[in-house]
Amino acid sequence: MPRPRTNAASTGVWVGIATISMSFAAYTSAMVVRRGAASDWQHFPLPPVIYINTLILLASSATLEIGRRRMAQSPPRSDPAVVPLHAPAPLERLWFLLTLWFGILFVVGQLLVWRVLAREGLYLATNPSSAFFYIFTALHALHLLGGIAALSYGLRRSSRSTPQAMTRMFGAIALYWHFMGVLWCYLLVVLMIAL
Amino acid sequence: MSDPVLRPDSAPRHEQPAAGAPRHHPAPTSFLRTHVFSLDHKVIGKQYLDLALLAVTTGMVLSWLMRIHLAWPTAAIPALSKLSPAGAAGGIITPEYYLSLMTMHGTIMVFFVLTTAPFAGFGNYILPIQVGAEDMAFPRFNMMSFWVTFVAFLVLIASFFIADGPAISGWTAYAPLSAVGSDAGPGEALGQTLWAVSIAIFCVGQLIGSLNFIATTLDLRTKGMTLARMPFSTWAWFITSVIGLIAFSVLLPACILLILDRVAGTSFFVPGGLVISDRLQPHSGGSPMLWQHLFWFFGHPEVYIAILPGFGIVSHILPAFARKPLLGPRVFLACLIAIGFLSYTVWGHHMFLSGMNPFSATLFSVPTLIITIPATITTLLWLGTIYGARLRFTTAALFCLGFVSVFVSGGISGFFLAQPSIDTYLHGTYFVVGHFHFVMGVASMFGIFAATYFWFPKMYGRMMNETLGRWHFWLTFIGVYCIFMPMHWLGLAGNVRRYSAFTDEYMQGMVPLHRFITIGALCTGAVQLLFFANLLWSRWRGPKAPDNPWEATSLEWITPSPPPVDNFGGRQVVVHHGPNEYGNGSPGHDYVMQTSPDPLPGR
Repeated sequence: MPRPRTNAASTGVWVGIATISMSFAAYTSAMVVRRGAASDWQHFPLPPVIYINTLILLASSATLEIGRRRMAQSPPRSDPAVVPLHAPAPLERLWFLLTLWFGILFVVGQLLVWRVLAREGLYLATNPSSAFFYIFTALHALHLLGGIAALSYGLRRSSRSTPQAMTRMFGAIALYWHFMGVLWCYLLVVLMIAL
Repeated sequence: MSDPVLRPDSAPRHEQPAAGAPRHHPAPTSFLRTHVFSLDHKVIGKQYLDLALLAVTTGMVLSWLMRIHLAWPTAAIPALSKLSPAGAAGGIITPEYYLSLMTMHGTIMVFFVLTTAPFAGFGNYILPIQVGAEDMAFPRFNMMSFWVTFVAFLVLIASFFIADGPAISGWTAYAPLSAVGSDAGPGEALGQTLWAVSIAIFCVGQLIGSLNFIATTLDLRTKGMTLARMPFSTWAWFITSVIGLIAFSVLLPACILLILDRVAGTSFFVPGGLVISDRLQPHSGGSPMLWQHLFWFFGHPEVYIAILPGFGIVSHILPAFARKPLLGPRVFLACLIAIGFLSYTVWGHHMFLSGMNPFSATLFSVPTLIITIPATITTLLWLGTIYGARLRFTTAALFCLGFVSVFVSGGISGFFLAQPSIDTYLHGTYFVVGHFHFVMGVASMFGIFAATYFWFPKMYGRMMNETLGRWHFWLTFIGVYCIFMPMHWLGLAGNVRRYSAFTDEYMQGMVPLHRFITIGALCTGAVQLLFFANLLWSRWRGPKAPDNPWEATSLEWITPSPPPVDNFGGRQVVVHHGPNEYGNGSPGHDYVMQTSPDPLPGR
């Protein structure tokens, strides 16, 4: 009897989460050390739009989770001739598309935050505090773009996959996406404390 | 009667693959897909090994140039002036160009040889077969990992062909010199930026690779392949990938911050008021110590990324030639895990002289001494394994014994360096050069050689020439002792390292020994031609290899040599025993294959 196994995609995402966590831990410790290394740390208020972005990202996690759960619970399509056998139902697809748009909206919102800071004269090299702000937000957005790419890929592949593979794939994508939310909340708290 | 070990394709396997196990990608047909952008872990493993061979040749030539200059500082190497008219005008190496050669030698050897060959190269080829998988968990990521690493190598090598030449700040790229640009010397402009970009790209490649190794080991093991039944080499690659995952995910941020300091005007590593080359640097408030902490948090575990695969390879190979099980297999695995864990607690011992708080030095000294305990235990386990054995002295076995020898020799000098008070004297001397070349460089290389002679028949379907192999071993073994043992004496006598020439009266007396070392290095390098000749000759002319030429027990030896594209010909392997069943078989067979369904004799 074969032993039950976890699936490789999910393991891969967990290992990826460990890697990303470690790298952000390195950035955080670098920030703590740099902040204490000299008395040139400049405080500045976070632009309010960043809190709206946070809500958008959290909402995207919720929509993704709703879609994923609906897909996991839904019975297989009855008429494969009309609808591809394992493709997500239109409503589930809508939840996933909504997630995708929320994700893109978040990244655009972060670009707006950058514009606000730039208008106030705060650039990457202005001060270590602004440098870490740009680094944290840019790297988080870059990782989220990876999630957006994965979700787009998942939606494109969905009509050609088995239901188990679909559930596993969207499970792994959701895991990564939720981690992006958790990571952003952590970074926001760190930035609020440091800035 | 069907083979009870391998289930035919018609068995339920392909109908119900293990959850998460990807169905094997179809065999490629085009040249590009077969040999260049292949998804096959075996091709990718060979690509990594080819890259390592190219890198080690480059690194070795650089070391020859340095050694020639150290022994005969006025000797002209005409061809060198063509490569760098400024760095070697008339073929004579300038002190700055010497530092460039040193930086590139260290970087190429540590990253592109000692990391790629034993871990990414052999790990890629062998690990999936040893756990009974058809491929890595994520074949596309695997391919990406190699090509990203290859691009990193090209970026690094490109710095030889720019006007200022390669970076001069050493493989450790200490800030602030590495962060301030051309004021810090030739090579510190574009050359240093290329260095930082190359290492950042390399980190990405290794992170993807480590992720793949971990997922493959955890999720793609075949039926019956419990963790306890995994071969020691697979265990070592698995632990190495965990170490690599943590280490490279810290080095990558460090490199990104360094690049930003260099090109974007930030001040992470450069303090305020710093004057270099009579110019006030436009940075303020940064911490050079921050770079050192981030770098060595990666740098010390990197030592274990280089050496732990060697531990696994030796522990996998020695029992096959001792015809005895490895002594204390569980203790060995516990030691591997302990070393992996402790490797993250000792990074400060590289920084005893860097201005770190002296109390911190004591703090880092204690785990440095503690980590020698599991390392010593593993050495004793190897010695216990061969004690009383009727050892088959193949080339692979000889290189395993050589590994133990140089690891012990280099390890003993580590005891000295772990003491802050002694390290204060020895740190800037050739003692350290001898120490880390033995324990990290040569030991790891001997692991690579052992692995090559052991697995070559599986990889290419032909045997290597054993006579050439033995000559290669003995001459290399004598050669490395001639090179690196005298360096310990030079260091104890106060011979500083990183100098391009020894011109003052005190160090003049040491030049004859340096000449001896240089001759040793040139000869030992020439001996490697035997290895290259053996590789090439055996690849096409060697005698055909049987499936299991060494009468070994693990899964790579049940499949044809070389294995088919899906490793086991579309059949699922079922594992019944651990890999350590030597001297325990039925009459006429002193070993039990992992796939043998028979109960172990005497149990």
